Amino acid sequence: MKQNTENNKEKFTGAEIFVKCLEAEGIDLVFGYPGGAVLHIYDELHKQNDVTHILVRHEQGAVHAAEGFAKSSDKPGVVLVTSGPGATNAITGIADAYMDSVPIVVFTGQVRTALIGNDAFQEVDTVGITRPCVKHNFMITDVKDMASTIKKAFYVASSGRPGPVVVDIPKDITEDSCEFIYPSKVSMRSYNPNIEINENAVDIAVDKILRSNKPVIYAGGGVINSNASQELTNLAKYLNFPVTNTLMGLGCYPGDDSQFLQMLGMHGSYEANMAMHDCDLLIAVGARFDDRITGRLDKFSPDATVVHIDVDPSSISKNIKAHIPIVGDVKGVLEKIASRIISKKRKPQNIEKWWEQINEWRKKDSFKYSQDDEIIKPQFVIDRLYEITNGDAFITSDVGQHQMWAAQLYKFNKPKRWINSGGLGTMGFGLPSAMGVQFANPDSLVCCVTGEASIQMCIQELSTCLQYGLPIKIINLNNRYMGMVRQWQEFFYEKRYAMSYMDALPDFVKLAESFGHIGLKVEKPSDVDAAIKDAIKLKDRLVFIDFITDQNENVFPMIATGAAHNKMILS
Amino acid sequence: MRHIISVLLENESGALSRVSGLFSARSYNIESLSVAPSEDESTSRMTIVTSGNDNVIEQIVKQLDKLLDVIEVSEITSKEHVEREIAFVKIKESSIEKSMMDKISKNEFLKIHKTNNNEIIIECVDSPKNINIFLESLENIAEKIVRSGAVGINSN
Repeated sequence: MKQNTENNKEKFTGAEIFVKCLEAEGIDLVFGYPGGAVLHIYDELHKQNDVTHILVRHEQGAVHAAEGFAKSSDKPGVVLVTSGPGATNAITGIADAYMDSVPIVVFTGQVRTALIGNDAFQEVDTVGITRPCVKHNFMITDVKDMASTIKKAFYVASSGRPGPVVVDIPKDITEDSCEFIYPSKVSMRSYNPNIEINENAVDIAVDKILRSNKPVIYAGGGVINSNASQELTNLAKYLNFPVTNTLMGLGCYPGDDSQFLQMLGMHGSYEANMAMHDCDLLIAVGARFDDRITGRLDKFSPDATVVHIDVDPSSISKNIKAHIPIVGDVKGVLEKIASRIISKKRKPQNIEKWWEQINEWRKKDSFKYSQDDEIIKPQFVIDRLYEITNGDAFITSDVGQHQMWAAQLYKFNKPKRWINSGGLGTMGFGLPSAMGVQFANPDSLVCCVTGEASIQMCIQELSTCLQYGLPIKIINLNNRYMGMVRQWQEFFYEKRYAMSYMDALPDFVKLAESFGHIGLKVEKPSDVDAAIKDAIKLKDRLVFIDFITDQNENVFPMIATGAAHNKMILS
Repeated sequence: MRHIISVLLENESGALSRVSGLFSARSYNIESLSVAPSEDESTSRMTIVTSGNDNVIEQIVKQLDKLLDVIEVSEITSKEHVEREIAFVKIKESSIEKSMMDKISKNEFLKIHKTNNNEIIIECVDSPKNINIFLESLENIAEKIVRSGAVGINSN
């Protein structure tokens, strides 16, 4: 398709330029599904070996895989889907990435520019439909804009508060040709993610930190996105401050450290929520005071001075008024705070009493459960998985009770090991995201903790796992209920279990086998260890372990919607 | 409280719907919205009249600023400013008294356009507050009212 012009400048088609842009951006993996509008691009992908395309079985799976890839690596995830249903199927994943600030770029095919607006076959207003759930989106209407738009898309997705960017490409643009120049830099006058840190606010925060008697650090996913785990850990260790993590922040502070109060919020630990309620200084780092964290807003941390560090100004004072807002990259802000505190050679003097109080709260052991010889408790499976894998596996999860138990009981010591759908709460996230994690970390153990309801929402991806030999271990906590729905119905709807029961479950062992994998069914507590160990030993195979667990187990503690932090239901 | 927010944004297709979509997605009020090219033809300036408490307005400004097509956001009602709006009112000639007609033709903020089917159009350029007062006085005889929504600019 290359042609020489009178100026002897080489021209390339839009499809060729597309592939060259991915190469120039250092992208070697694309998750996608072909269709009419993107066939020129697929033809070009077929002709080269630098960019590998992973064929999923549903576009939602492609986006979750790209999210898993991005969350467990330092690279953005890339998705390629066709127009119309290709784009609409991708939307759940795009919305998921938006809520959890995941850097992905989603390329969607579009009908020819001449047909746009004509209700053409497989036409949908992708830019319009995705607008509320993207960081930004573009439609390319001239092949000359292809390279610069793709460059911008990756820049926007990965910088500042990361997020999904959609690039919509009409089919004729992939046929048209022009020269290829990949810009080395992007500048956008309306977008500047490099925010200068307010030194004065840092000084005030340092002063408050040194005077606090009952401090707590509340750290979220922004710490992981900013690669600031080390800075956070160093600062907390130096100050001897207690640290709690949000669901998205788990792993940003070592889960087995003595200063760690476990997760906070609706299903957080007693000590974390009590410390949040009683503290006099709340240092929020890369977290956004979501409603599952705060509970009742007017009873939230009533006596605390709130220091809020975040790269996104709109996260600050959205739900909870920040007394000391510090806008900026979390890593940079933590470095500044630490260097100032260290240079002052001072530490808060009176936090021993606070620790005594926290250690009292800890005695409640609020994540406890009791395992008998008969029925497997779901928590026991997570506990054993943690012990057997030395806390060093990549764990993805779906959404529901199993997600909360995994978050409570698997102690993550490193960032980017816990991959889940926190904001959108997307059932079906676990398996496809595990694929992305396994591609990013081919030699590591990747486990997907799921339930029999969630796993069926993207079960088709078992086929993708076979095609690419992904040895994921699926830990299915099968209680024959949509457990979290059942739990709410038990507590708040007088046990009317409307539609939370699954009456016709598949035989998961046979199902796994029919997809070419290994299936195991475990019904006795005494068989749990052996099954997990056997699965891990099968290094090259996907193993689906169907754990038949206690139907009636609930996630505790629990703060009911709209209740204050000190009003936890413990059992 | 009523606030006027002035937004400078890239003159690109979709920029307007990013802004209006933000307001509906986050349940912010829009009293009026007007948009036209600015002094630089690659940008547009949008004037949004909205209402809300200080926290809501702070969030509106931050959320607008976060949109990639938005270059600059300012809340102009907190400082000295000038604001104007245009309104057209269509009235049947027969329903307006002569004394009122004389009054209107002497008012420097008002202009009269005649139509060829026995109607007149009164054009009013004034502050939104005065326009409200003016429109109230014509409440019973106005056949049709067209308002532009306010535009505003800081004056210091």
